[in-house]
Amino acid sequence: MIDAGNMVYWVVVLLMMTGLYVVLASSNLVKKVVGLNIFQTSVFILYISLGSVSGGTAPIHVEGVTNYANPLPHVLILTAIVVGVATSAVALALAVRIHDAYGSVEEDLIEKQETEQA
Amino acid sequence: MIWNVVSWALLLSGAAFVIVGGVGLIRLPDFFTRLHAVSIPDTLGAALISAGLIIQAGLSMVALKLLIILAFLLFTGPTATHALAKTALHGKLAPRTRNPEKTP
Amino acid sequence: MSLLVLLGTMAIAIVRLNRLFAVVILFDIFSLLSAALFVSLGAVDVAFTEASVGAGITTILLLGALSLTSKRQRQISWKRHLPAILITVAIGILLLFGLSDLPRFGDPEAPAFGPLYSRYVFGSPHEIGIPNMVTSILASYRGYDTLGETTVIFTAAVTVLGLMVRGSGARTWSGGGMDHHLILRINSKLMLPLILLFALYVQFHGDYGPGGGFQAGVIFAGGFILYCLVFGLESVQSFAPAGLVRVLCACGLGLYILTGLCGMLLGGNFLDYNVLAHDPLHGQHLGIALIEIGVGTTVAASMFAMFHAYAGYEPQA
Repeated sequence: MIDAGNMVYWVVVLLMMTGLYVVLASSNLVKKVVGLNIFQTSVFILYISLGSVSGGTAPIHVEGVTNYANPLPHVLILTAIVVGVATSAVALALAVRIHDAYGSVEEDLIEKQETEQA
Repeated sequence: MIWNVVSWALLLSGAAFVIVGGVGLIRLPDFFTRLHAVSIPDTLGAALISAGLIIQAGLSMVALKLLIILAFLLFTGPTATHALAKTALHGKLAPRTRNPEKTP
Repeated sequence: MSLLVLLGTMAIAIVRLNRLFAVVILFDIFSLLSAALFVSLGAVDVAFTEASVGAGITTILLLGALSLTSKRQRQISWKRHLPAILITVAIGILLLFGLSDLPRFGDPEAPAFGPLYSRYVFGSPHEIGIPNMVTSILASYRGYDTLGETTVIFTAAVTVLGLMVRGSGARTWSGGGMDHHLILRINSKLMLPLILLFALYVQFHGDYGPGGGFQAGVIFAGGFILYCLVFGLESVQSFAPAGLVRVLCACGLGLYILTGLCGMLLGGNFLDYNVLAHDPLHGQHLGIALIEIGVGTTVAASMFAMFHAYAGYEPQA
């Protein structure tokens, strides 16, 4: 497991946990969206590294080459990247409207206002 | 063989220039000096690395595309630097000089 | 792999910073570095998409949201950090245990390289006839997923427009200061035709190299966003009015669905391209070209409409 070739997986776990930590621990909604994007990117790296083969080239058909990287994870991750940006756009729009309604995007200030109104 | 050596020399010198730019980014005291230190070696480094890669690619479509990328980089690099400097001046960030009463 | 180390450093730096502008720029660099990592892993299409979508559009949207909300994060108390650290460390250890069962990195005998891999890699040049296997899987073998993805983009654009647009039409910015930015104006006028030409190249060359509808749409929108940033939102009113852009969002998706329905009307299944022309190979080419145009249109119009919504937003406090 402590193989130098498997360093990719270690870094993936590190990035995933960093993104998760940013989502959990930051009070600013915009920074949470950034953390979510870091998490998503680490998952993409995991999938792409699962689909790569040593000595394989990009999955574009060239005469005489038989060792290609697996194109199926690439397709799935392409979809995932685009869906990720769509989700981030909606999340940021919500953050902007929350800022309008409550005056700030910090979670604890919003909670305080909510409990005062209730 | 000689072309290989030339391209390696270009690539390494381009990388060295970019490293110099990075060192300048960390070590210099003021925003404008840091901007100067990053943009000029970075543009030159990008040009040298592109030239090295063009020699590696030989005379083909890839070389033409690299040439176009180089032209793009030469266009947009200094423009971005100009935009940064203009914004900094607009935001009333004054350059640090030796005599404080002579700042613009 | 120094790229991995750089990525890890970026992520840790993002955690530690409080100035959100720096966080956004570091995230931009993080996306570009992960695009470089994807290229080194052999995933060129994914790298293209990550660089254009992740480093391009996400940064613009984040900066737009930043300009409409606060620019710094408040300092949070240590009591908040502690449960988060405990949870992340626990999940991290569990993940490392789970990942130790994965096949060795780059192993050709891994389960991912089973019969489906052979079908796609060695069958697609004969069944579909285009060199780029990712495009052939995306557009033909897994066309349903791409239809869903395009619908997601369309839905996101509609949601953002519904949240952030009041009234109609474009509004000018306080972009009056741009009159003095002669160099920026000239450069963006020079760059715009090249950017749009490159977007069209990526769109139609997606069969033969990395590219396709998504990347092309984003680059197309990026060109117009650059123009808007320098010249103000009113400048694109004459050739890309807000109403037309919103209609185009739906038109691309409609073209995709119509292509699928044509397949049904001509005797095949939904999204079956083999029946679209006299010959299955030509039918596949025609079908893929049509849906890529549909996807490109929807993505370009959606990204530009979302940027428009962020830029023209007037906070009503």
